[in-house]
Amino acid sequence: MSSQLTVTVNGTSVTVSAGTTVAVALALAGQACRTSVTGEPRGPLCGMGVCFECRAIINGKLHSRTCQTLCEAGMEVKSEK
Amino acid sequence: MKAEMRRDGQQRFDVLVIGGGPAGMAAAVRAAECGAHVGIVDDNATLGGQIWRSESEHGPTEDAAKWYQRLLTAKVTKRCGVRVFHQPAAGVLLAEGSDDLYELRYGNLILATGARERFLPFPGWTLPNVMGAGGLQAMVKSGLPISGKRVVVAGSGPLLLAVAAYLRRHGARVPMICEQASWSNLARFGAALLRHPAKIIQAVQLQRELAGVPLAPKSWPVAASGREVLESVTISRRGKLETINCDYLACGFHLVPNTELPQLLGCQVSSGYVQVDELQGTTVQGIYCAGEPTGIGGVELALVEGQIAGLAAAGRAQEARKLFAERDRARRFARILDQAFRLRPELRNLPSAETIVCRCEDVSYSCLQRHASWRAAKLQTRCGMGPCQGRVCAPATQFLFRWNPDSIRPPVFPARVESLALAGRREQQAAQ
Repeated sequence: MSSQLTVTVNGTSVTVSAGTTVAVALALAGQACRTSVTGEPRGPLCGMGVCFECRAIINGKLHSRTCQTLCEAGMEVKSEK
Repeated sequence: MKAEMRRDGQQRFDVLVIGGGPAGMAAAVRAAECGAHVGIVDDNATLGGQIWRSESEHGPTEDAAKWYQRLLTAKVTKRCGVRVFHQPAAGVLLAEGSDDLYELRYGNLILATGARERFLPFPGWTLPNVMGAGGLQAMVKSGLPISGKRVVVAGSGPLLLAVAAYLRRHGARVPMICEQASWSNLARFGAALLRHPAKIIQAVQLQRELAGVPLAPKSWPVAASGREVLESVTISRRGKLETINCDYLACGFHLVPNTELPQLLGCQVSSGYVQVDELQGTTVQGIYCAGEPTGIGGVELALVEGQIAGLAAAGRAQEARKLFAERDRARRFARILDQAFRLRPELRNLPSAETIVCRCEDVSYSCLQRHASWRAAKLQTRCGMGPCQGRVCAPATQFLFRWNPDSIRPPVFPARVESLALAGRREQQAAQ
């Protein structure tokens, strides 16, 4: 019943089920969400929109919390440097 | 493409509920069923909070479905994906959606802001795939495939067992659950469960689902290792070190209440919890609080507190009183939780000098050690000044250094410039 949709993560297409968050799309693409101020790769920690570790660029919008955002067809996601 | 900001019209509610978990939903339902015009606002994409977070393939639990149906029937206005960041004047809250800005006016306000996991820093805890226990569960619920993955579950609290069982149901391999509490504390907690019928069923279910998974008491992670992502975790188990290869470490040390918004609104908080009277009223007239912010007690307590707050906010104090006995029972359970999963002092030695404590600003343990207070550390090191605004590192430093986080200031969540501009205009109007 769950329909599939495709988003772009750092230039690579990722197909996910409807209802999947952008944080999960990043994980499926094997990409870190952001690079910390000292250059460490970071991924989601709290999974509930509190820690901001999963922030990335969604459709050009900086600092988007990917764990709180559902994937939409054609969405363009970039890791935050 | 730049999203265009849309300003929605002002909305006024007799009762406005902030937080759409069990406490908030119960509050909204009871107030609306009394005939009040009720709104409910939640930061997440759907209602249900963390515990009832809906899963695409399974749908909500029976309890959640029941409350959700009542919410729809009672015509509660819901706003999801919206977070409150400021109160520019009494009775007005400003909230942001992904592209919208809301000005929410209320007669009475109910704060049901829930709790988050407590994270403690240890070497390697910033590696990708080290997540909260609830954090990993939330990721799996939102589509992360976990089948066949090896997940070490660690930290403290009953959430660990629920998460381990959930992950196993979805095909994960759980080599160990590391609980920092001692056997005797766990045994005391187990005995207390037997006095709560609803909990016995949960406990029996968990036991069945966790058959064969070692639950190691007095154990905790001392290091996570890997290049770029997590590859293994070293745990201290009754004083001995052991390294386990794994794909994920799901680690949270029980829960801390979300009291930032209550504090911003002037509600008194003591020993970390929002102070409430018998009708769940805070120290601010017309503002109620229910669920985890008043004490970590789980879903049963949240539901009954939410109902009491909802009825009280709708002017039905007499009806609310009928629920006091049920609340007393649930609160006894909360006290046992608190005692059983108290953090052991050895955990203060987990970070090494280089371990990052503030993940937003990459401030290390040794940089913080030099300071005497949260405020001094903030000013000198930027600890707690990043986008999470100390939500992760403040509870950690409270435990590590016994610091008292103070000075909650607006906006309580990072907000867009346009939103802050409106906040400024409303403040000026209120002052005139």
